[in-house]
Amino acid sequence: MKKAFPILAGLTAIFLAYAFYQAMFVAPTDFAQGDVYRIIYYHVPSAWTAFLLFFINFLASVQYLANAKPSWRRAVNWVVVLLGIVGFIAPFVPQVRAQLPTGMYPSSVATTALILVGLYFLIARFFPEQNVDLLAVTTAEVGVVFCTIVLITGPIWARPVWGIWWAPGDIRLTSTLVLWLIYVSYLVLRRFSDSAQTQKLAAVLAVFGALDVPLVYFSIWFFRTQHPQPVIGGGGSMDPRMLHTLLISWMAFLCFAYLICWSRFQLERLRREVEEAEALESLLETPSSSAQISKARVPLSRGPQ
Amino acid sequence: MNLFWSIMLATLAKDIRLEWRSKDALNAMLFFSLLVVVIFVFSFDPLAEESRHIVGGLVWVAFLFAAVVALNQTWARELRNQVLDAYRVSPAPATALFVAKVLGNFLFVSVLEALMTPLFVIFYNLHVLGPAWQLIPVALLGTWALVVNGTFFAAMSLRTRSRELMLPLLLFPVSIPAVLGMVAATTSILTGENPAHFYIVLLLTYDVVFTTACIGLFDTVLQAE
Repeated sequence: MKKAFPILAGLTAIFLAYAFYQAMFVAPTDFAQGDVYRIIYYHVPSAWTAFLLFFINFLASVQYLANAKPSWRRAVNWVVVLLGIVGFIAPFVPQVRAQLPTGMYPSSVATTALILVGLYFLIARFFPEQNVDLLAVTTAEVGVVFCTIVLITGPIWARPVWGIWWAPGDIRLTSTLVLWLIYVSYLVLRRFSDSAQTQKLAAVLAVFGALDVPLVYFSIWFFRTQHPQPVIGGGGSMDPRMLHTLLISWMAFLCFAYLICWSRFQLERLRREVEEAEALESLLETPSSSAQISKARVPLSRGPQ
Repeated sequence: MNLFWSIMLATLAKDIRLEWRSKDALNAMLFFSLLVVVIFVFSFDPLAEESRHIVGGLVWVAFLFAAVVALNQTWARELRNQVLDAYRVSPAPATALFVAKVLGNFLFVSVLEALMTPLFVIFYNLHVLGPAWQLIPVALLGTWALVVNGTFFAAMSLRTRSRELMLPLLLFPVSIPAVLGMVAATTSILTGENPAHFYIVLLLTYDVVFTTACIGLFDTVLQAE
């Protein structure tokens, strides 16, 4: 950790600087929006990173809950495998294919489904039972930070382009805001809860949040939407040079997010180890030593007389 | 299954009897929502035409706040004399307790709504332009959506410091789609401008999804001590 951290931090800084150079100087200026559009290289990568982190948080929370019983564990694994198979086959069915937005290829949807299922099993493989909750805390905290960046850069971009700061009733804006609210309440729950079961309650809340977001999306889907259609796989109207810069920027943001998550993860792990060691110490404390301590403390606790 | 019904009915009867004798939750909710209505009346002074557009939001915000008052008390009552601990060690199914609590709260909030709706009609000169009977499914589904999640999160916030503060913080973000559905449905029925079917389906979906999730996860929350 001590050796790898500066190296990784240096590499991330270089990568971010390169992404900044690409975004500000190399990428062509947008025909309609002018230079204002360059905020896309911060807005969109933050959004993707935040969504990815929240998704990892959801997977970690599901695993935390599933770990309670071996039978649940097996059932959840089968459900995930089943969802993966359905997600892989469904985009190729003609009826479903017709529902996909133009420019979104069935093969890309199918690959995404496989990647998401793979992510679930990767987490299960690399994060043993006690570490899954650490992963959940870390991703929620870092995800909220990136989601905040999205919610701040969005209005800054919207004001010159749309003429308004915020479009109430827009599908992506509202879903992102609700997602942010849910995860802030998740962090508040973690902060306020003092029982040993905080992790379980937080995992339950994360599952509720994940159920909520599609409903928000579905409820606003009824209104017309002001936000531009997704750029990747949604029409392909973007200049390839812009797309290239956007992807570089996303990679840099992912490295940055990984770096923060990693150090936060280690910090949280150490904090818990210290807590456990302290608890153990107070249990192992012999009566005589505790008597000595209490004797030593008597004059202090009386204070000045 | 028999055990489930007998425990559920016993808990429900106990809650209703307690409420009937003390009227704690109902009185607090009624007075609270009355205050909210009066404050709204002072804040907005709309014409009848405008009030149709805003009253859907006002009604549901008032009911949401009032429901939180009742929901906060629902489990606090069980903490006295360690009733909840006794329940936890007994072999009774946790879902029976949960369903009874939800039904009890649903009843109390419905009574509140039945008593408060005439007040809104009087204060805002309401005259429904759309199909008024559709307000009944909207009210039932909307109340269920508030109460089922509210009861669940109230049980969750029992385990936290300053639990009365915690419930709205947990409940409101998750309730946003339901509140949106209720408000939009009520507004479209009051104005009669567009059909409310979509929102009723949305509320129904919300209710089914979250009732299933609550029943599935309640045991975990109850055992978390």
